[in-house]
Amino acid sequence: MHAMKAHIPVVVLCSVLVVGLFAPLVLGLSATGFWLEVLLGGLMAGVLYSLVALGFVLIFKASGVFNFAQGAMVLFAALAVARLAERMPLWAAILVAIVIMIVLAIVIERVVLRPLVNQEAVALLMATLGVTYFLDGFGQTVWGSDIYAIELGIAREPVMILDNLLEGGILINRDDVAAAIVAIILVGLLALFFQKTATGRALRAVADDHQAAQSIGIPLNRIWVIVWAVAGIVAIVAGVIWGGKLGVQFSISLVALKALPVVILGGFTSVPGAIIGGLIIGVGEKMAEVFLAPPLVAAFDLAGGGIENWFAYVLALLFLLVRPEGLFGERHIDRV
Amino acid sequence: MLYRENGQFKSTYRADQQMLPVLQDRLFMLGLVAFAFLVVPFAVSDYFFLSMLIPFLILALAAIGLNLLVGYCGQISIGHAAFMAVGAYAAWNLMVRIPGMNFLVALVLAGLIAAAVGMLFGVPSLRIKGLYLAVATLAAQFFIDWMFARVKWFTDYSHSGSVSTAPIEMFGWRVDSPAEKYVFLLAILIVFTILAKNLVRGHIGRAWMATRDMDVAAEVIGIRPVYAKLTAFAVSSFYCGVAGALWGFVYLGAWEPLAFNLTLSLNLLFMIIIGGMGSIMGSYFGAAFIVVLPILLNQIPQWLGVPISTATASHMEFMIFGALIVLFLIMEPHGLARLWAIGKEKLRLWPFPH
Repeated sequence: MHAMKAHIPVVVLCSVLVVGLFAPLVLGLSATGFWLEVLLGGLMAGVLYSLVALGFVLIFKASGVFNFAQGAMVLFAALAVARLAERMPLWAAILVAIVIMIVLAIVIERVVLRPLVNQEAVALLMATLGVTYFLDGFGQTVWGSDIYAIELGIAREPVMILDNLLEGGILINRDDVAAAIVAIILVGLLALFFQKTATGRALRAVADDHQAAQSIGIPLNRIWVIVWAVAGIVAIVAGVIWGGKLGVQFSISLVALKALPVVILGGFTSVPGAIIGGLIIGVGEKMAEVFLAPPLVAAFDLAGGGIENWFAYVLALLFLLVRPEGLFGERHIDRV
Repeated sequence: MLYRENGQFKSTYRADQQMLPVLQDRLFMLGLVAFAFLVVPFAVSDYFFLSMLIPFLILALAAIGLNLLVGYCGQISIGHAAFMAVGAYAAWNLMVRIPGMNFLVALVLAGLIAAAVGMLFGVPSLRIKGLYLAVATLAAQFFIDWMFARVKWFTDYSHSGSVSTAPIEMFGWRVDSPAEKYVFLLAILIVFTILAKNLVRGHIGRAWMATRDMDVAAEVIGIRPVYAKLTAFAVSSFYCGVAGALWGFVYLGAWEPLAFNLTLSLNLLFMIIIGGMGSIMGSYFGAAFIVVLPILLNQIPQWLGVPISTATASHMEFMIFGALIVLFLIMEPHGLARLWAIGKEKLRLWPFPH
């Protein structure tokens, strides 16, 4: 009974989200095709948020570090791939970038994490803030700070689908579809890695209990290197997809901050949570921008919409108040 | 040799509870304040005022505010520039909408409004802490940024969304020249520093520190966490609100919607990490560091004759900030203030250490 009661606000919040999702359709504010397009656009943005959030979750699970630098890592990886691809084929550039991210993981573990072991979480968070600044500066010094393109070799023009089912059909971009497929493959590979390989099992053991893992002979330091390296590789995937879509530029580092509300929503310790949280945030903010902003602008006489800048954060704030561990997270955070 | 406290006996409780119990410290402080008020305004160029001293004084005030929350109460915030924005826009609206408004009154009211908003966004801290609170304060940052950019009422329906201020005038004194601005800011900063110094050693400050060190233990000895955390948010936002109003009116003069963005919030956080968390003195060190470092980075290559583009300089700045933060967290988590304290300890024994 008590457990049921505790979930009522969550249920209310989720139902508000679902109602908000379908309201434009039910109220006849938009054509089905347009609504589906917005939905798909949101899902695509959500895939990108999910990819960044995935890196967060991996690191948080294995080392308890709240990695503010994930966005900077995405920018760094994207810059590396974009600039290397000017001199070599894309696949080679990505391979080199993987090596770079692994070296970066080793350096971060040696220089930042190891001396700060056993510090409080907030000190580690601030250390990753420092890493963020360093990577932002370092990446732009080494690779340059203009806007670079990553040519993925996918045709740009959108395809029309469902045009015999719906009036007007739906336009979707091919690179969006490719991005979604890559993301699904990546998540599948990660799941296999975590479930089937010895290293993956060691990672999960560390995530469960540091001390127990250490006492059965799992080397914590090596695990941290591995997990930062995996997060770096996830960052490459996110960076390449993002860069291929919008061009590689500094703003990637900022937009990647959206992964923070995503992990709050999905739960810090849950990989599926990161994916679903990303999709909810992606769809939620696109829907809010397209359907909620115009009435708001009209009602309060605003100077334009732009509510997608804060929608994700405020949604995460609401979730924090009713369910701080997120939708799928483990329920053992410190209550105050 | 000169820095000895031998022979300074405290025979009253008053003497024991002074802010600066050592005579030499008091003399040094008096000398410093006298120097800052009597010598600096006449000895320094306008450029030095505008590019260093004025931003330093305002940022020091904001850093003290953030330090009260993060350093003393242990509640992290990466959204404090938002409360500076609240203070700035509140002061601007009060000045524009109420004719004959005294700037000092507007300043205090702006601080109070910022305190109210800060308490509102501090409410999540009652249920969550640490990393989660960081995201909650980010929500404040982005939401308030958006609010001042989009809600036209706050900028009095100006077309560009930016606002500009008239020169400050109060009690027949027009604060116009850089030197006058400096003196005005210095007076405010000294008042607020003394206030903060006394707050943190009074019962509120002790409640904050107890909450920071161990919230459960604090609750057990009778400190209400709700009271401690919300007062910390309120006082901290008050300081930042006042600093924001000063930043807008005295330093910027006119500002655009995103003048108080995430970068400023992060810079405030860096100031207290580098300067020293849980130290009023550290807030000064941190603010000075953050103001001076970019200028030095731009100047040093010129002195050395190495041409360096502004873009490279700003990237270098990022890198150095990042490296310094990691370095300080590892080597000296209490920042420059702790180094200062160590220096003083050494000085007591100098030149005959044990």
